[in-house]
Amino acid sequence: MQTFFIVAILVLGFLITFQIAKASEYVAVLRGEERSRKQSNKINAFMLLMFLIIGLIGVYYCNEKLKGKILGAPASDHGVLVDRMLYITLALTFVVFIITQVALFWFSFKYQESDNRKAFYYPHNTKLELIWTVIPAITLTVLVGFGIFYWFKITGKAPKGAMEVEVIGSQFKWEYRYPGKDGVFGKKYFKKTDEAKGNPLGQIWEDPANHDDIYIAGEDLHLVVNKPVKLIIGAKDVIHDVGLAHFRMKMDAVPGIPTTMWFTPTKTTKQMKEETGNDKFVYEISCDQMCGKGHTGMRGTIVVETQEEFDAWMAGKKPQYATVMDAAKPAVAKDTTAVKPVAAVLNK
Amino acid sequence: MSAAMHVHPEVATTHEVHHDEHHVHHHNETFISKYIFSMDHKTIGKQFLITGIVWAIIGGLFSVLFRLQLGYPDQSFPILETFFGKWAKGGQIQPEFYYALVTIHGTVLVFFVLTAGLSGTFANLLIPLQIGARDMASPFLNMLSYWFFFLASVIMFSSLFITTGPASGGWTVYPPLSALGQASDGSKLGMDLWLISMALFIVSSLLGGLNYISTILNMRTKGMSMTRMPLTMWAMFFTAVLGVLSFPVLLSGAILLLFDRNLGTSFFLSDIVVNGEILPNEGGSAILFQHLFWFLGHPEVYIILLPAMGMVSEILSVNSRKPIFGYMAMLGSLFAICILAFLVWAHHMFVTGLNPFLGSIFVLLTLLIAVPSAIKVFNWLTTLWRGNIRFTVGTLFAIGFVSLFISGGLTGIFLGNSTIDIHLHDTMFVVAHFHIVMGVASMFGMFAGVYHWFPKMFGRYLNNTLGYIHFWVTLIGAYLIFWPMHYQGLAGMPRRYLDKSSWVSFSQFGDLDKMITVVSIIVFAVQLMFVFNFFYSIFKGRKVTTQNPWGANTLEWTTPIRPGHGNWDGEIPEVHRWPYDYAKDGRDFIPQTEPVGEHESKH
Ligand code: HEM
Ligand SMILES: [Cu+2]
Ligand SMILES: [Cu+2]
Repeated sequence: MQTFFIVAILVLGFLITFQIAKASEYVAVLRGEERSRKQSNKINAFMLLMFLIIGLIGVYYCNEKLKGKILGAPASDHGVLVDRMLYITLALTFVVFIITQVALFWFSFKYQESDNRKAFYYPHNTKLELIWTVIPAITLTVLVGFGIFYWFKITGKAPKGAMEVEVIGSQFKWEYRYPGKDGVFGKKYFKKTDEAKGNPLGQIWEDPANHDDIYIAGEDLHLVVNKPVKLIIGAKDVIHDVGLAHFRMKMDAVPGIPTTMWFTPTKTTKQMKEETGNDKFVYEISCDQMCGKGHTGMRGTIVVETQEEFDAWMAGKKPQYATVMDAAKPAVAKDTTAVKPVAAVLNK
Repeated sequence: MSAAMHVHPEVATTHEVHHDEHHVHHHNETFISKYIFSMDHKTIGKQFLITGIVWAIIGGLFSVLFRLQLGYPDQSFPILETFFGKWAKGGQIQPEFYYALVTIHGTVLVFFVLTAGLSGTFANLLIPLQIGARDMASPFLNMLSYWFFFLASVIMFSSLFITTGPASGGWTVYPPLSALGQASDGSKLGMDLWLISMALFIVSSLLGGLNYISTILNMRTKGMSMTRMPLTMWAMFFTAVLGVLSFPVLLSGAILLLFDRNLGTSFFLSDIVVNGEILPNEGGSAILFQHLFWFLGHPEVYIILLPAMGMVSEILSVNSRKPIFGYMAMLGSLFAICILAFLVWAHHMFVTGLNPFLGSIFVLLTLLIAVPSAIKVFNWLTTLWRGNIRFTVGTLFAIGFVSLFISGGLTGIFLGNSTIDIHLHDTMFVVAHFHIVMGVASMFGMFAGVYHWFPKMFGRYLNNTLGYIHFWVTLIGAYLIFWPMHYQGLAGMPRRYLDKSSWVSFSQFGDLDKMITVVSIIVFAVQLMFVFNFFYSIFKGRKVTTQNPWGANTLEWTTPIRPGHGNWDGEIPEVHRWPYDYAKDGRDFIPQTEPVGEHESKH
């Protein structure tokens, strides 16, 4: 019913507009096309000026309304650099935006057709053209300079002693792995992947480095505040992307080609709750690369906490290798069906 | 005496008929050879335009549908279920449907509307008319170019009706998602059809492009040196060059992807476990496809933009009654853009794991492209300065183009800076950026062209009042839709999310999304009004009664009001000057065909 109404209104509106449009054309012909052309010229010139004024007010209004909903303070060291670069760029481009838009609409209004004016024959001016080649070039050089400087800082080597976590995306979930006490990730091979046997990442159990690796899924990823963390990112099926809006970080997860990114979280989840005044606040991992029908819901969550809290959490974790072996032992001794319940638990 | 008075109103029409009967190539044309398998560049141009319009309606309608979902994620629209059945179960757009809509929307607007519909239309229509040729270098290849496009259209359209649905991995169709039917329904038959359709489309573009280049290089009339060509011609020329050099790369990507999909090769596939199934492929690189895609993809955005730039330059100059400012600088910046367009593709891939050093080179080259862009903007502004501007609908759209190009170009400077792009990549900010700078701006260029050259195409005018409404609603609407979208992107809101309510970080823009949806419906309705105006005016529009209604210098206005195949009766005119002698020596305009006078000042 509602739809019908809307369509009816649109059709009606259209018919009326069309009749007016047709009539105005006849009127124009009757009154002399030249005269009505001049009149509509004036109207449109005026509207262009109004568009400029109302548009600029709109830009201001839009900013007032929305600026509170974006960004927030960055929660990582790299985030500070990203935001600084962003605001430098914003300041420069805003100036250019205002100058050029004002010039565009003001000239349009000011130099609207008039019987008293003759257009000015002005085909070129080398000096002017040089000026507006050189000034943008210099401005952009400055932006490139800052940009590349920060970029190398952000993408450079992770500091020694950084914590390492593996993040693996697949349709439509995130899984994580910590290297355990030895600080080394055990080797993987995708053909070893076997969810039913408790090996969703394809770890090679023969590699002893795997024996203390901690596998985490279906719960928060835990990070330590003020401790650099290097994420080693991969994907199992299609390309995903680890998007960390609050840390201002992002990196694709590509099957077959591991990628990395590092940063230092500077605020615990608790601090962020206070700062934002939102007790539901949580660091989210958004998948930022279109990965299929569940892309929208491919959400992970991160807890940033103190070292003590982290250690306490980690103490409760058992290496995946041990879980798998424990499950396998009674199965070999008694009956094979015992594996299944464990596998089902792991699958959740 | 009274007899003479009766005759008077008909003078104009008899005059036209008179011209029509004196075609240079006067062969017996049947309906089919004249309107369907036509080899007349003007008719082919119109075929591209009308096919483009049809696709624009489809693509636009799709955007209205997915905007409904974005604005009202929890509301049910039973009418959708009536039309789309399982795709909109319970009146709600299903995720598969949503992604199919976005993918086809992007594909058809970028390729079918803004490439074929834009340069296909205006390169065909204008090249022979503005350089003074009777037709294209090869009218036959030109006709083939349209029919390959038509075939591509038919295949793409048919993919909408298969059970598993059309391609739905985004217009960039990144593998492995697009390679694996197990990963997405849209990657089943729909994806093969997409790839085949695109391959045919590329053939069409190449045939067209080669033709445009050879025509411009070889078939200019006497006196029409390259630097006496209108900027539209230069723009079409560079567009064609871009297309000819970059489309083959996409073709190779498409074909390799077809191989991976159907022949078991591993160009783009490696280490994949999809839904528990371990695939045998090893050694391929998913990133390789992105390089192939963007090696076309970035030039493609300029393939879309340059024709609009060219037409806007021409229209602004004609209607400010002033020469275009800095012709050589305009030409130089077109050239610079054309070169740089090939050297920036990896700015779409800053966060794919690209080597950071390589990334920094692409930052430099990308921001470099802003320099020629800035030159163009300043030159347009100076063209308006101290002009005597006539606001035809075409002029308004040209002014709107400049405004949008500024707005969208400036946000490019954010994205081109890899540091900022880490945060903004794949967010709504990118969506806002490219819609403003490419989508809407090029649409504006296209509208400007349609309003300006409609009299040449059909011998009639579009209705002005509808035109003004069309312009104002579209301009205001475009800004209302895309300006606030930047803020969503700054908040980090990813693109291609169909419902943000489950997210803590991105669910704060509900009202904004509703507003955007309402505005896009209104804007879409106004585009339908334009389409109506277009077809109505072909048959019922006000007739053109003078040969040169805008008082323009270029050659197309020296042809008869309704030129036949061959364009000029008798000799093709000779050209004696550049096309921008407006307001020179106190004269309103001096057509290119007029010899340089003895006492004329130099410029
Ligand atoms: C000042 C000039 C420009 C710069 C520096 C620039 C830079 C960029 C960058 C870096 C991206 C990638 C953003 C990302 O995905 O994270 C991008 C996206 C895009 N740009 Fe621009 N751009 C400029 C002008 C243009 C123009 C003139 C057009 C079209 C005519 C255009 C069309 C696009 C499109 C279509 C995309 C998005 C493609 C996609 O991911 O679906 N840009 N731009
Ligand atoms: Cu995803
Ligand atoms: Cu690009």
